[in-house]
Amino acid sequence: MSVTLNSIDELADNFELLGDWESRFGYLIDLGKELPPMDAADQSEVNRVHGCQAQVWMKLRPEAAGRITIVADSDAFIVKGLIAVLLIIYSGKTAKEILAIDCQVLLDQLQLAAHLSPTRKNGLFAMVQRVRELAQAIQVEATE
Amino acid sequence: MSAISDGIRDDFPALTQEINGHPLVYFDNAATTQKPRAVLDAIQNYYEHDNANVHRGIHELSNRATAAYEGTRDRVAQFINAPVHEDIIFTRGTTEAINLVAATWGTVNLGAGDVILLTELEHHSNLVPWQLLAQRTGAKLRFIPVTGDEGTLDLSDFDGQLEGAKLVSLTHISNALGTINPVAEICAQAKAAGAVTLVDAAQSAGHMPLDVQALGCDFLALSGHKLCGPTGIGALFARRELQEAMPPYQGGGEMISKVEFHKSEFNVPPHKFEAGTPNVAGAAGLHAALDYLDAIGLDAIHAHDTELAHYAKERLSGFEGVRIFGPTEDRGGLVSFIFENVHALDLATLADQQGVAIRIGHHCTQPLHEKLGVPATARVSFYFYNTRSEVDRFIEVLQKVINLLR
Ligand SMILES: Cc1ncc(COP(=O)(O)O)c(C=O)c1O
Repeated sequence: MSVTLNSIDELADNFELLGDWESRFGYLIDLGKELPPMDAADQSEVNRVHGCQAQVWMKLRPEAAGRITIVADSDAFIVKGLIAVLLIIYSGKTAKEILAIDCQVLLDQLQLAAHLSPTRKNGLFAMVQRVRELAQAIQVEATE
Repeated sequence: MSAISDGIRDDFPALTQEINGHPLVYFDNAATTQKPRAVLDAIQNYYEHDNANVHRGIHELSNRATAAYEGTRDRVAQFINAPVHEDIIFTRGTTEAINLVAATWGTVNLGAGDVILLTELEHHSNLVPWQLLAQRTGAKLRFIPVTGDEGTLDLSDFDGQLEGAKLVSLTHISNALGTINPVAEICAQAKAAGAVTLVDAAQSAGHMPLDVQALGCDFLALSGHKLCGPTGIGALFARRELQEAMPPYQGGGEMISKVEFHKSEFNVPPHKFEAGTPNVAGAAGLHAALDYLDAIGLDAIHAHDTELAHYAKERLSGFEGVRIFGPTEDRGGLVSFIFENVHALDLATLADQQGVAIRIGHHCTQPLHEKLGVPATARVSFYFYNTRSEVDRFIEVLQKVINLLR
């Protein structure tokens, strides 16, 4: 299955089609494997997202017209898959758009939560939190 | 073949459930064990018939509650062959037992430059309390090294390491690697060098026969929840002579004999160390757990656990790219491992989807994992209600998971 996705709706449709846990996780893992690599130099303590049981690094890169590219990586495949989902939700948007998104609603749409343990949900929440904090910082900088 | 029949599983209500549509395979027993019906009934029964506060009432229920609580003290003493029941102090578990020793014995007996000798295998519970004590008193920590993935202690310089040591505190069985340490030998040598000894028996109590007199230790800590008992109750064995000279731990009711506005006189040990209303229901459950385990037999339990661990280790070694930790000989009932290029977190998440509960992480032994050079390991840990066919099921699930991840 193609893993180039443009919208969360498309992702939700694909998840819907894949009925059982095995294909859903398989799909998530494939999404993670296709994640653009992050420079080893960026996998540093400043970019570390704490609160997840695996190691996660994340960085926001401002592009033209106020758009933001998210670069992130993890040493665990399922976490990489979750990062890929967050990228679909957030990457390429402006700081203002990012801050306006209610991520919970979108994640509920994917019914991912049913498969995630509370600790894992905390990890996912920590990543969402970091995206928002970094976007906030960029927005503040832009308006100063 | 194990002497313990699979039928014993019927005693454990929690084991009969399905998780994500699959029969539960519970391999996280080193974290906590499941509870047999006998323990659940004892707690229920206590609250239904005997519930009252202890040591203070004249009425019948208080007498019964006191009898239940003090009866468990006798039972724990018998279980670990303590000379007298006064040697047993009830605590919330191993962690509190160790903290109690650090706060009481440690505060009056350790000073600047004194050495606390630990091992690199220790659970954070047998490390952080000593770090805190060292900060307060100026004592120093020293560590008996482990040999690497084998996880056995390197005792070649033990004599040298005992130099200046006031306390030797070590785990009986490593919760991270399964190593069974030669505790009796270590205690004997430590004692000869004039050091006091503490054994962290969180992983050995209820898993093998324990005899504090044969071990020759001064203190021993255990948790009820790791041996079929309820959470929130555990015990500290503390030799009476040491207890006499220890200051109180916490202040409050129960631990005093006479209180004035500006000063108090304290109760006799062990009550002096048990401030406040204790966990009486927990004690009732613990009593039932010890009876239950003794009826099966600790030798049979130990043989069963280790047999499963050896079988799991053998099956795991059939995988490509697996790294297995822990000793070949003298292994407790658990196996830790990692796979090349596969994160333990992914393994455990996918195993859980198929009803197999395993533990991943640093297992509260972060410095040990640092030394082994792995951020996290996966661990399967067994108890007498686990079966060979569950190990087979785990291996089958693991194969599926690895295929999905590679
Ligand atoms: C070796 C060891 N020591 C201490 C503890 C702490 O026990 P508790 O959390 O019951 O106080 C554990 C339990 O995880 C353990 O495995």
